[in-house]
Amino acid sequence: MTATESTTRPTPAGQGPRLPRKLGAFLILSVLLVLAVAASLLFGARAVSLDTLSEALWHFDPSNGDQGVVASRFARTVGAIVVGAALGLAGAGLQGLTRNPLADTGILGLNAGSSMSVVLAIAFLGVSSLTGIMVAAFIGAAVVMTLVYLVANVGREGATPIKLALGGAAMAVGVGAITNAILMVSDSTLDRFRKWQIGSLSSTPIDTFLGAIPMVALGALILLSTARVSNAVSMGDDTATALGFNLPRARLLGSIGVVILAGTATAVAGPIAFVGLMIPHAVRLLVGSDYRWLMPASLIAGPVLLLVADTVGRVIAPPSEIQVGVMCAMIGGPLFILMMRSGMKSVSL
Amino acid sequence: MIRTAMSQPTGENPDQASHSAPGKITVRKNLVRRTVLWMSLALILTILAYLFWGRDRLPATEVLQVLGGQTVPGTSFIIMSDRLPRVAVGALAGAGLGISGALFQRWLGNPLASPDVIGVGYGASAAAVLAMITLGYTDWKLNAFALAGGLIVAALIYWLSASGKRTGPRLILAGLAIGAMLQALIQYLLTQAQVNTASDVMHWLTGSLSSSNWHSALILVISLTVLAAFLLPFVLRQLKMLELGEDSAAALGVNVPWARVLLVFVAVAMGALPIAITGPLAFVAFLAGPISAALSRGPINIPLAGLTGATLVIVANFFAANLFANLALPVGVITGAFGAPFLIWILVRANSTGSGA
Repeated sequence: MTATESTTRPTPAGQGPRLPRKLGAFLILSVLLVLAVAASLLFGARAVSLDTLSEALWHFDPSNGDQGVVASRFARTVGAIVVGAALGLAGAGLQGLTRNPLADTGILGLNAGSSMSVVLAIAFLGVSSLTGIMVAAFIGAAVVMTLVYLVANVGREGATPIKLALGGAAMAVGVGAITNAILMVSDSTLDRFRKWQIGSLSSTPIDTFLGAIPMVALGALILLSTARVSNAVSMGDDTATALGFNLPRARLLGSIGVVILAGTATAVAGPIAFVGLMIPHAVRLLVGSDYRWLMPASLIAGPVLLLVADTVGRVIAPPSEIQVGVMCAMIGGPLFILMMRSGMKSVSL
Repeated sequence: MIRTAMSQPTGENPDQASHSAPGKITVRKNLVRRTVLWMSLALILTILAYLFWGRDRLPATEVLQVLGGQTVPGTSFIIMSDRLPRVAVGALAGAGLGISGALFQRWLGNPLASPDVIGVGYGASAAAVLAMITLGYTDWKLNAFALAGGLIVAALIYWLSASGKRTGPRLILAGLAIGAMLQALIQYLLTQAQVNTASDVMHWLTGSLSSSNWHSALILVISLTVLAAFLLPFVLRQLKMLELGEDSAAALGVNVPWARVLLVFVAVAMGALPIAITGPLAFVAFLAGPISAALSRGPINIPLAGLTGATLVIVANFFAANLFANLALPVGVITGAFGAPFLIWILVRANSTGSGA
């Protein structure tokens, strides 16, 4: 994480839109979140009416089929909120602390690392509790993150965005081979994991998602505490150090936050890429580059993206559904290329 | 330095610059030659060792009898229809992947930019998975699909990134994005398949030589030989000039756009054809070039990278068969698991020689 070329942000932190506009952006995001939640509960292979939704919310009747549909969608809605918040914020934190506009937990291989370590833990150590799986996911994400940064740091220019992305992709190839090998050992393992491995919110009980909330909250608090450092870093490592920030410590702390968020998200929903890439860039357009605003906004925008992706994946090809991980890749991939083609002059490749 | 048999129509000698330091060139040639010698020796010895110590130990006398042309019940079958086709396919696939990776790495000037990382390999894989799951193909049609998939994706990446000067970084980033999308597609196809098919496809995705037979070996021999004999020498000559910079290459009379298209075609084809049979053998395309460059202490030599790729697969195959007594690991697991430390070593080395990514 040595200094690359200075100034990657178009607008220095602290400037950007005025306060009323920022508050307005938050209002818009909150409204979008409410709408996305409603859409997620209403639409699917079988649409339910608003009346049924309100009845199911206020007077739940287990014998009513339509209300049952709403109940089953409730779990994945909660899941999309938890996972989207974790991934969106993790992306914002990574991009800020490393001044790397291409940072994403999927692109850097963290999700792949978590997957491998979760599959290993379940297949060989017999881990079955959510806590155990989350710990395994943290370890995998942390190991891959360390390796990718060590690998990318080598060389004259240090950890440039493109080297990190390539290192992450290479690492994902390696750990992916190992994950596949473990999955192959038995058909039943494969059957259990092939849905999870793609990044999916269906068929996971709500307790799992609820159990992930404390970890996401912890990771979010850690990462939010680094917002001011990220602002300073956007002016260059040297400036940040001169302003009195302890960069190695902040980056270690931030990495722990990112690992917790990415690990938790992968543990409950499987590897989902590109959310952490897209959200901070989209949110930056709304609230500007000040990480004290950008990070909380990512926390709201992440769920919106995941809810929409999950809902669209359900209605696009009934009766089967396209998993949210696939949807995010199909939306995120083209956006990534668009970013690269248009405004990437600021990126020191 | 690679000498090609084809004559230069313009009479230009791309090696002219090297006459200024004849002594150095000779030393370098000797190093490449010595590396080729040792690498070939390692390859042959590992193949022989595998014939004796594969999944089951075979009596040495019987193996020798079979190799001498006699028929020994049981042993003949294991050697002739399992182990020999395996090493044949393994060596050919390794050579194709090694050359493919080395071509990309030299062209883009980046040791990390091998086809398996920048999405081209995923193109071949996704097309093959599609053909396996929706059409049930298994034979040469799978090769055709993989080749088509690799080429389409390469063309797409190239088209998305071709503009202005900095094609290299753009191409790599576009490739990463396309690769991620294709991975999602593969995973989606897997969830749509019957669990038995999914299991087969998964096995293939890990990279394995277990489905090798003489038929697949023949496909590889013919296709790779045609590519290596007719197109590769031409590509290599143009690559040398492209490496001088595209303006210089154009000044030397190279049609730069066509040279790039031909190079991408040969590189993709040599990588995609083996993928259809063995599956994506993790890290082989990625590692062959840099390892051979480290051994011969110079820039990546393409034929040597091919030889190194073959040796990598064969050695990995030997370990896959012998590492655990009661578990036959697919080759791709070995190359994937042992590839990661090598990756780090390559980058450390790239730093010390100043040819950073």
